[in-house]
Amino acid sequence: MSHADLTLEGYSAAIMPPAFSIPAKKMAMWLFIIADSATFAACLVAYGYLRVADAHWPRPFHSITNVAIMTVILVTSSLTMLFGIDAAKAGDKAKAVRWTMITAAGGILFALLHIREWLGLIDEGMRLFQNPWGSALFGASFFSITGLHLLHVTGGVIALIVVGIRYKGGRYNSDDLEITGLYWHFVDLVWMFVVPLVYLLNLSH
Amino acid sequence: MATAEAHRSSTGKYIVVYVCILAIAALQFVIAYSNLDGSQMLARMLVLATIEAALAVLFFMHLWMENRGLLWFVVILTGFVIFAMQYSWTDSFRLLNGVPWAK
Repeated sequence: MSHADLTLEGYSAAIMPPAFSIPAKKMAMWLFIIADSATFAACLVAYGYLRVADAHWPRPFHSITNVAIMTVILVTSSLTMLFGIDAAKAGDKAKAVRWTMITAAGGILFALLHIREWLGLIDEGMRLFQNPWGSALFGASFFSITGLHLLHVTGGVIALIVVGIRYKGGRYNSDDLEITGLYWHFVDLVWMFVVPLVYLLNLSH
Repeated sequence: MATAEAHRSSTGKYIVVYVCILAIAALQFVIAYSNLDGSQMLARMLVLATIEAALAVLFFMHLWMENRGLLWFVVILTGFVIFAMQYSWTDSFRLLNGVPWAK
């Protein structure tokens, strides 16, 4: 079989360079991130319209302390992920695994703080379609946006632990750790929009 | 030697970006306590969040160091999808009064 035949028959991976000169796995993660951005953007844009249109939108958040701590934890976990990837690229496996697990621990702490906050709001009477403060849509939009984000954090923590362990065992390499890191940074990036739109706009003065 | 220097330089860059992101987040918290109406505050928050996200995408996710084609692919595709939503989600106003659970 000639070179031209291989190309015509679709065995392009062996002959043609990958799209944008990046590994296929990384490209797949970027495509996932673009698609997931659209999902979150859909929720946040719809929420933004509802929030601005209703003058009596509930403002149940009395303090920014909890959300500030959660933000610092998540942004710091992005930094520790970068340290882990750098260590992996430098060939320091033990250090890479340590930073990856620190990142996962940050994610777990974030999730626990998030759940504690949810339980506090539920105690105050907030439900999916009702709350004591005003528009019934507040509960639906709050729980769906923060819930979707929390689901991503949980998935990210599981992915970090699994990839970290498999990287330590030699089944995965530094590229796999970097690709998992891309996902983790995306989770952090989404939080940068959730905090101002869902929490800070609804702060009681 | 060169590798160690490059490592130090990238660590320094990450910390600078990290501090910038936290500083912008702090600015959002300050704006939250100002006396602006909902839409003005939303616009300011969105601008700051977009700057934070751009820093994270370019430097934490290393898009700045990737192939320029990938950078434009991500920016144009994501931007198009998000801006296209502006034409469909305006209908969400209807939810305020148009469905049973809105009351």
